[in-house]
Amino acid sequence: MRSWERIWIGTTIVLMVMATLAVFVYAPREAKMGDVQRIFYFHISTAWTGFLAFAVALIGSIAYLRTRAARWDQLSHAAVEVGLVLLTMAIITGSLWARPVWNTWWTWDPRLTTTTITWVVYLAYLLLRNAVENPEIRARFAAVYAIVAFVTVPITYLSARLLRTIHPIVLGPSVSAEAQGQFGLTPRMVHTMVLSLIAWTLLFSVLLWMRYRVQRAHEALEGMEASIEASFR
Amino acid sequence: MGYLVAAYLIFWSVIFFYILYLARRQRAIEERMDRLQARLNPDLWEEHDEL
Repeated sequence: MRSWERIWIGTTIVLMVMATLAVFVYAPREAKMGDVQRIFYFHISTAWTGFLAFAVALIGSIAYLRTRAARWDQLSHAAVEVGLVLLTMAIITGSLWARPVWNTWWTWDPRLTTTTITWVVYLAYLLLRNAVENPEIRARFAAVYAIVAFVTVPITYLSARLLRTIHPIVLGPSVSAEAQGQFGLTPRMVHTMVLSLIAWTLLFSVLLWMRYRVQRAHEALEGMEASIEASFR
Repeated sequence: MGYLVAAYLIFWSVIFFYILYLARRQRAIEERMDRLQARLNPDLWEEHDEL
């Protein structure tokens, strides 16, 4: 491991520990919901990094179509997989928060529905990629798909702001009178949230780097195997 | 409190196993590449035979 990687991973670990301590110790107990509100810090951080990952996939896909350099396709592929893991965690933590606050694990509310659509769309990206054998066609197809798929991200973000929903809007005013679990952020809550977002963004960058390296190595191996196979023909 | 602990445990478990999965996959690919390179490089084969 190179020295800059050690510093990067070390900083991420320190910030993650600090964020966890802030969530459990520094952040105040919310008056109405109690301790379960602390899930908010995990939930918002995973949702943010999940959508950030899809934005990276979008940028990587545009860059691939412009340059046709394989590294951009590898980055997009890695970003979608990491984003899917993070979005899955956002859905699970959201469900665990919903149970005591909404009295249900799941409801087909606009925010939850659009999040599920986003999750399915990006899962399909990974499944469909594997269905194309030619590497060039696969990369081109995946790039176009990732660009179109990104439409689901702003729709998910705006769904709770434009439609009637029970999902609370913590950052900014809520337009829905049905929103349940709404709460005001105190300064300590804001500090904890910002620290969590920074720590999670760093963790995301580490995961993305690790997954990108796997993808690069995997494609290098595929290339080696293909050239060996060709030499035996 | 139970929901919070569950969320926290799921959260770290997923991250831990995902990192473990990535590290193992990377190592498996690198080992396979090393084996292929050794097969393609006769000098390495000779060294290997001497050993």
